[in-house]
Amino acid sequence: MENSTAQHEHASVKTYLVVAAVLGVVTAVEVAIFYVEALEPILVPLLLTLSAAKFALVVGFFMHLKYDSKVFRGLFIGPLIVAVAIILAMLALFGVFGGGAGGA
Amino acid sequence: MAVKEAAAEHGAGLDSGTHEGTYSGGLWSWITTVDHKRIGIMYAVFAFFFFLVGGLEALLIRLQLGSPENTLIDPDLYNQLFTMHGTTMVFLAIMPLSAAFFNFIVPLQLGARDVAFPRLNAFSLWVFVFGAFFLNASFLFGGAPDAGWFGYANLTSTQYSPGVRIDFWVLGLQVLGVSSIAAALNFIVTIINLRAPGMSLMRMPLFTWMTFVTSFLLILAFPAITVGLVLLMFDRTFGTSFFNPAAGGDVLLWQHLFWIFGHPEVYILLLPSLGIVSEVIPTFSRKPLFGYPFVVYSGILIAFLGFGVWAHHMFSVGLGPIANTVFSATTMLIAIPTGVKIFNWIATMWGGSLRLKTPLYFAIGFIAMFIIGGLSGVMHSSAAADLQQTDSYFVVAHIHYVLFGGVIFALFSGIYYWFPKITGKLLSEGIGKVHFWVMLLAFNLTFFPQHYLGLHGMPRRTFTYQEGLGFEAMNLMSTAGSLLLGFSILIFLWNVLVSLRKGAAAGRDPWGGATLEWAIDSPPPHYNFRVEPTVHSRDPLWAAGGLDVDVNDPAAPEPHMPSPSLWPFILSAGLVVAAAGAVAKSLVVVLAGGAIVVVSIFGWAFQPLER
Amino acid sequence: MTEHAATAAEQHHSYTGLPNRKLLMWAFIGSECMLFGSLLITYLVYRGRSVVGPYPEELLNIPFITVTTFILLMSSLMMVLALAAVQRNDMRQGKLWILMTALLGLAFLAGQAYEFTHFVHEGLGLTTNLFGASFFLLTGTHGAHVAVGVVWLLTLFVMAMRGRLSSADAETVEITGLYWHFVDVVWIVLFTVIYLLV
Repeated sequence: MENSTAQHEHASVKTYLVVAAVLGVVTAVEVAIFYVEALEPILVPLLLTLSAAKFALVVGFFMHLKYDSKVFRGLFIGPLIVAVAIILAMLALFGVFGGGAGGA
Repeated sequence: MAVKEAAAEHGAGLDSGTHEGTYSGGLWSWITTVDHKRIGIMYAVFAFFFFLVGGLEALLIRLQLGSPENTLIDPDLYNQLFTMHGTTMVFLAIMPLSAAFFNFIVPLQLGARDVAFPRLNAFSLWVFVFGAFFLNASFLFGGAPDAGWFGYANLTSTQYSPGVRIDFWVLGLQVLGVSSIAAALNFIVTIINLRAPGMSLMRMPLFTWMTFVTSFLLILAFPAITVGLVLLMFDRTFGTSFFNPAAGGDVLLWQHLFWIFGHPEVYILLLPSLGIVSEVIPTFSRKPLFGYPFVVYSGILIAFLGFGVWAHHMFSVGLGPIANTVFSATTMLIAIPTGVKIFNWIATMWGGSLRLKTPLYFAIGFIAMFIIGGLSGVMHSSAAADLQQTDSYFVVAHIHYVLFGGVIFALFSGIYYWFPKITGKLLSEGIGKVHFWVMLLAFNLTFFPQHYLGLHGMPRRTFTYQEGLGFEAMNLMSTAGSLLLGFSILIFLWNVLVSLRKGAAAGRDPWGGATLEWAIDSPPPHYNFRVEPTVHSRDPLWAAGGLDVDVNDPAAPEPHMPSPSLWPFILSAGLVVAAAGAVAKSLVVVLAGGAIVVVSIFGWAFQPLER
Repeated sequence: MTEHAATAAEQHHSYTGLPNRKLLMWAFIGSECMLFGSLLITYLVYRGRSVVGPYPEELLNIPFITVTTFILLMSSLMMVLALAAVQRNDMRQGKLWILMTALLGLAFLAGQAYEFTHFVHEGLGLTTNLFGASFFLLTGTHGAHVAVGVVWLLTLFVMAMRGRLSSADAETVEITGLYWHFVDVVWIVLFTVIYLLV
């Protein structure tokens, strides 16, 4: 039990504040580029990338997955991969990518 | 029920004689128990009860089909019977029978004293029990679900299924899903954390390995059907249009969500059986399992690929050539790891000193029948061939070769193998072998002709057929076989009753097994291992000199065990009350059930595990 | 259900040295990925297939939802600050941050309640069209998760007020946090997919 608590000490309060600031900024950027018409053609991949970055920040720092045991990583990332693969397969089966809009 | 009582008395008698304050008999102690062994026994008894119910439903179906244009059962009842036969066998018989083994055997194989979350374990049991009776209560309220065990939309819409039959099915399966997910989470943590010192993953017994893999399948597959069921519930209860084509809804979404769950579900049913056989064959061959890592990795691969094949249940939909090709290919791929396992079992027996006891009979029967079922499975992995076979009796024959010839034979192998550990008595070998031969003969008599019926064009799920189509003789054969199959189950029950009363005492290790459960008394004391074992190999009891410590050392202090708790029972009841309220469309009852759930969650959270 | 009191029997031997309850929460989160994944599939498959309005682009209010999204993100910050405080046994700060997390969660829920009511006023009910049904089900399921988290956090807060929460319970707070952050992470995905990728 002791070692797992010790592992969290890696992330300090300062790190948390920086991560939160980045999350806020990225969200603002996401909304901003939503309104920029010039970015229309690459809007989908751009937004998905930014969203994935926020996802990774919260999971990695706030949920400590970056520092924690790889057992936890396996329990989360394994199912996540299955879920994402099935979502993509279903979207392909239903022709959601058909229009060429979903470049991702 | 008799089995439970007998086992209860037995367990109580033996334990209270040797250790103080272990089991007190009594109904109350069973309701509040958090002991994985008692929970396992209750899983087994209730699951076997529902196995008999599902079997009776099957017999009625077969009696109806015994002769052409029979009028024994009307079409409406026939629809209910095949729907409930499938639903019961999958959710209320095979899954909980596997769960019975997970509960009783896995902690013992790990060298643990209980599962990681004993109360959560009791919760899983009671949710299953209440959910199972809830689902069957539909027979008393206007009829049972009648849209097939995969309940295709829009057969399940209020337009085509008014009344509450489908509501029972929708809510019953959601409740049962909660039970499965809770149990699976529990076993994932148990297997990760409660292994005996030295038991690395690659030293775990195969049955425990397959339980581990199955648990992951459960937590990933059940959410998909839960969402499907919620969509259906919204359509039926609130009037949404998820599966209503007139409003843009797509009935195929149901099929996808169901089979994203449904195909992993097939492996949820199968993998525990592969684990059982992988325990039985080495024990009775006196040889370690041949190619242990291959058996483990092929189990993992089967599970992983199992998420990529769901649409092979939907070839007749017309998904297009690309989708059909991809899903055909992934389906064919699964045959490889499955075949690997079969070769490993055969290679284990090859050159072993075989002792032909009943568990091995059933294990070998499993291999043979499962190969037949596997081969017909590969046949309809080809989309082109599947179009000829789908919805005919050919697929009925296939699924029964896999799930009865495969899974049920393996589960019986497990029952004969571990019954002595669970009850302290050996099942009769003589009756056991009669049981095996009658069941094997009856099974093939019942289901082999169905291949031909299917190829000759007999559709499934149709309550009768006309004379002169050439179906008569083979249907009669199948019906006769099914009655004999029912009789073989009676032989088994007789064996259990006789053996509980007069069976030979099992001792700790009647078979010379290699895994930790055989190091302790039969039946095990409530704390299992008085002293924790340490493991240095895959077959700890076969190592020279055996275990380092005396795990039964009476001089060691008696371990403390978690106290009984009523909260899991109440929480489960609350869930089913809410489900009943939803069927009855009574908000008051739903809220009452919800209130029970909330109160018991808090009661549970603030009740110490040991008091 | 995960609120087990850790006891000797549960931790009798732990092969990995990792806490049982934390493993349970991570495995549960893995399962939740499939739950939200399946709901997301439903939403995406039915996108643009409603046969009557109102349609998403007429209703979705991006500036408003950006604010509530920001609130939920900040609640995650409060949550990690709460955990850090409890771990160093600073229960005064611990209490404060736990309460702040719950309050920001409540603010998010209030925003969702406002949004739902607004949509209903604009003519989008649960049964109006496929967009309504799949939108309310997906965001409603997420909202229900937030609500459970708020109740959980308030329970911890009450325990802390009664002096029944200390650094010995850091694991409990950490597990609550895992749940809370996961709910936040789900919203990160939903915000992008539902609101920005219309």
